[in-house]
Amino acid sequence: GGFEQVKPFFRVFRVRWPYCLRRCSYCNFNKYIPRENNDPMMTECLQRETETLLQLSQVSCITSVFFGGGTPSLAHPSTIAAVLESVSRRAYLSDKAEVTLEVNPTPVGKSKLEDYCRAGVNRFSIGVQSLQDGDLKILGRDHSPHQALQTVEEARRLCPGRVSVDVMFGRPKQSAESWENELSELLRVCDDHVSLYQLTLERGTQLFKQVLGGEVTMPAEDVTAEMYQCARRTLHQHGFLQYEVSNFARHKAVSHHNTSYWKGRQYIGVGPGAHGRFVPRGEGGVVREARTQTLEPDVWIREVQQRGHGTRRRIQLSHLELLEEVLVMGMRMSKGINHKHWELFSPQLGLHEVFGTSNDIQELLQSGQLILDDRGLRCSWDGLALLDSILPALLVMLERQISQRLQRDHHADGQTKRISNPQ
Amino acid sequence: STLLYTTPLHLTGKYCTFYSTTFDTIDLSKFPVDRIRNFCIIAHIDHGKSTLADRLLEMTGAIATTDKNKQVLDKLQVERERGITVKAQTATLIYSHQGQQYLLNLIDTPGHVDFSYEVSRSISACQGVLLIVDANQGIQAQTVANFYLAFEAQLAIIPVINKIDLKNADPERVETQIEKVFDIPREECIRISAKLGTNVDKVLQAVVDRIPAPMASTDDPFKALVFDSNFDHYRGVVANIAVFGGRVKKGDRIVSAYLGKTYEVNELGLLRPHEHPTQKLFAGQVGYIIAGMKDVKEAQIGDTLYLQEQPVEALPGFKPAKAMVFAGMYPMDQSEYQGLRSAIERLTLNDSSVTVQRDSSMALGAGWRLGFLGLLHMEVFNQRLEQEYNASVIVTAPTVPYKAVLSSPKLIKEHGSEEITIVNPAQFPDRSVVSEYLEPMVLGTILSPDTYTGKIMTLCLNRRGIQKNMVYIDDQRVMMKYLFPLNEIVVDFYDLLKSLSSGYASFDYENAGYQAADLIKMNILLNGQPVEELITIVHRGRAYSTGKAMCERLKDSIPRQMFEVAVQASIGSKVIARETIKAYRKNVLAKCYGGDITRKMKLLKKQAEGKKKMRRIGNVEVPKDAFINVLKRKDK
Repeated sequence: GGFEQVKPFFRVFRVRWPYCLRRCSYCNFNKYIPRENNDPMMTECLQRETETLLQLSQVSCITSVFFGGGTPSLAHPSTIAAVLESVSRRAYLSDKAEVTLEVNPTPVGKSKLEDYCRAGVNRFSIGVQSLQDGDLKILGRDHSPHQALQTVEEARRLCPGRVSVDVMFGRPKQSAESWENELSELLRVCDDHVSLYQLTLERGTQLFKQVLGGEVTMPAEDVTAEMYQCARRTLHQHGFLQYEVSNFARHKAVSHHNTSYWKGRQYIGVGPGAHGRFVPRGEGGVVREARTQTLEPDVWIREVQQRGHGTRRRIQLSHLELLEEVLVMGMRMSKGINHKHWELFSPQLGLHEVFGTSNDIQELLQSGQLILDDRGLRCSWDGLALLDSILPALLVMLERQISQRLQRDHHADGQTKRISNPQ
Repeated sequence: STLLYTTPLHLTGKYCTFYSTTFDTIDLSKFPVDRIRNFCIIAHIDHGKSTLADRLLEMTGAIATTDKNKQVLDKLQVERERGITVKAQTATLIYSHQGQQYLLNLIDTPGHVDFSYEVSRSISACQGVLLIVDANQGIQAQTVANFYLAFEAQLAIIPVINKIDLKNADPERVETQIEKVFDIPREECIRISAKLGTNVDKVLQAVVDRIPAPMASTDDPFKALVFDSNFDHYRGVVANIAVFGGRVKKGDRIVSAYLGKTYEVNELGLLRPHEHPTQKLFAGQVGYIIAGMKDVKEAQIGDTLYLQEQPVEALPGFKPAKAMVFAGMYPMDQSEYQGLRSAIERLTLNDSSVTVQRDSSMALGAGWRLGFLGLLHMEVFNQRLEQEYNASVIVTAPTVPYKAVLSSPKLIKEHGSEEITIVNPAQFPDRSVVSEYLEPMVLGTILSPDTYTGKIMTLCLNRRGIQKNMVYIDDQRVMMKYLFPLNEIVVDFYDLLKSLSSGYASFDYENAGYQAADLIKMNILLNGQPVEELITIVHRGRAYSTGKAMCERLKDSIPRQMFEVAVQASIGSKVIARETIKAYRKNVLAKCYGGDITRKMKLLKKQAEGKKKMRRIGNVEVPKDAFINVLKRKDK
């Protein structure tokens, strides 16, 4: 099983606020448009579940909290304060802990930033998405570029050096040129952190239907590839280091919370549809579990009220599954996975042993997309853009090595037994 | 899409409840040869063959007269859908004419020239044919093909113009066509409506008056032609025979001239159309015989049967079935291999003309290379596999049997003959050891309104067709004859012809031997590595277009890789076509935080699983279905 050797005392904590005011045209996330104001009830349940899970994980120290969505900036600042209070009640939450809130850059969102800070938030992640008014409308966003810029400005005033902006490329009708201009404009106002991602067409969304119906055209693969390279170049020129596939920071303003995911650390997720990965030591567990909270907010609330928890699914991760997650997440970082990091999870089988012998991987190493050296395993600059194509080869190899190892151990066990018991 | 078919004669099990009781009391020896007529009905698809047969059966009392005798009730699904006869059926009718009782044997023929050998055998059991032409549509390609089969067999031909009840019927015009194309006086045409029964009695009279009685004598030694056979799980092979001389009875010991094997007659009788056992069969009569044959290959169509103690000379014209179109068949999944094998075995039980060879391909796994009489034969076989045996099959693009005349004495000795047939392209001998390659040819007949002539000629020219003649059969319709390499028409020729003529052109073909051809072996390369399963034999003049099409299809089926992939068609060391699959520059960029892991892992695991199943050609990963997409027949 995925027995974890090291007892981590530090966990990160994610709170999911499931509600949105409206549905963006590209979004197929599980989120809900609230029918009535049940914030007080939601707050109470988030608090209760927070305490339940902290108790279960037996964690002593929380190093970061992230309020994500849905649209958490719809929550009242007192909700944020209440949840943080619950965290503090069950674990040590240092003043230095990173507390991030995702913000929708509307005037209402902006007006609440100060109160959020008072409630304990010390980092904002702002969903700017685009600085083109028309694009924001197509995407179904409820803010204007101007409002977004004002929100960023206010957030920077409140939390200087701790504001991130989310931007999206590959939008309908977008050209590489317009993207370059937009990026320059963004760089004039943004703080020290940028999250970059590509608009993906998801089945079942309004945008998907529009594209299918020919009302909207999406830029071609070659164009989006150009956009990505352009963004990486431009951001680099402005002092931003790409520390992960879609995240860039300068002045070391990385997201500690998200870095924890990529480093394969344990985390607790609270709220409808939230995911967690932790060892439930509170009930004597020794194996990491993948946990999911109930999806529908109303049901989740009822469950927390009636049963005291809203966990819907818990699956024990096998040793292989744990390593797979560590690999997939770790390779997203430009620094990749260093030997020490890997050893934490795989003390017996080092990176060289797992990946050093395969022809497939040798080809990737030779073509310069992958690097395996004294530091560890990581993608090159070019390779990082192709990570999803590289990972299947790594996963195939990992599985093969682990299962061989298991067979060897099994075989060795059998022999030992025979020797010790000649009859 | 389909090729052309004649309308089937749908004689079904339903008739069995109706057969005339008078028969039981009739002594077949009372029907001398001069009161027997053997005939068949030939027609283009939907021109009314089955409806006429129904009427004939009703009028002679073989089945009850109801308005519900409408072809098909319980035939094979493929026959109903395609309007073709897969298995021919035979019916004996009793007809009273001018105070005399006649035995009329209606011998149905399979409805397509793919089965022209069978048709010619069926025809050789007859002395006359009813040639049906639709009064509205006029002569079609298959009418012509069928006419020539009957004409060459020197049968009496009775032209019947059907569907005169239709609003747009123009029997005058059809008579003109018949006069012009077949050189039959218009006065000989009988205008009928099989649907309404109009003038059908005249058809029966004409059968008696115009078709000669069979030349056979009961005094001769027993001699019979096998013109069809079926397999029955309980009784073994049921052979349909036409008695050319003498008599045969239960208990007789008979011999197959082809195999030299002896059998004892267990059962024999008439087909009414259901089996109706009798004591004996006499010269001139047509019926069935069951004699302990275990395999349809023991009752091959065209074979001669005789009595063990009275050997006779075999009837002329017998030849074992010869496959003209080959295709690989593979189970969709190798776990379905056994199931598919037994399905193929069961189907071939009833069809001795399908040849089966085990084959295997690196891309498709273990399977078979099956040989068919023609394209339609192949389509019908596939369809039956799918519909009747629920087998999902990958069918590769059809190929034709090429031949090579060997020049090296060593090779000739090895193969035991100078001329070899090449079924699998991987076995194509090198030019240096061959004095000449040969390809199978067909003579195609196309009938079409003349407005499409230009387009059709262009199509034929592109398919290396050589025009043999072109005749106006009336003031608007043209008949063209082209000599084609079979290979050029096996895949999509008929579809193209139909679409460029808005469905008005009809096409049929007959085999026309072999011709020398400039054939070459074409390789498909992925980043310089040849792909064995895509080796193709092609005419030099068509190498570029074939190669280009294959490269294009392959390009569309191979996902982008992390490096550029060259897809090339080559002849020897010379590349003749190339497509490039551009390198993948980046994946879709998405965030991946805590909540996204599960979904992400699922997707990646699936890709990792898929990766294990990829076929590797050099460094290129090819999904299994990529070759299938290139090899299999295009979806219609």
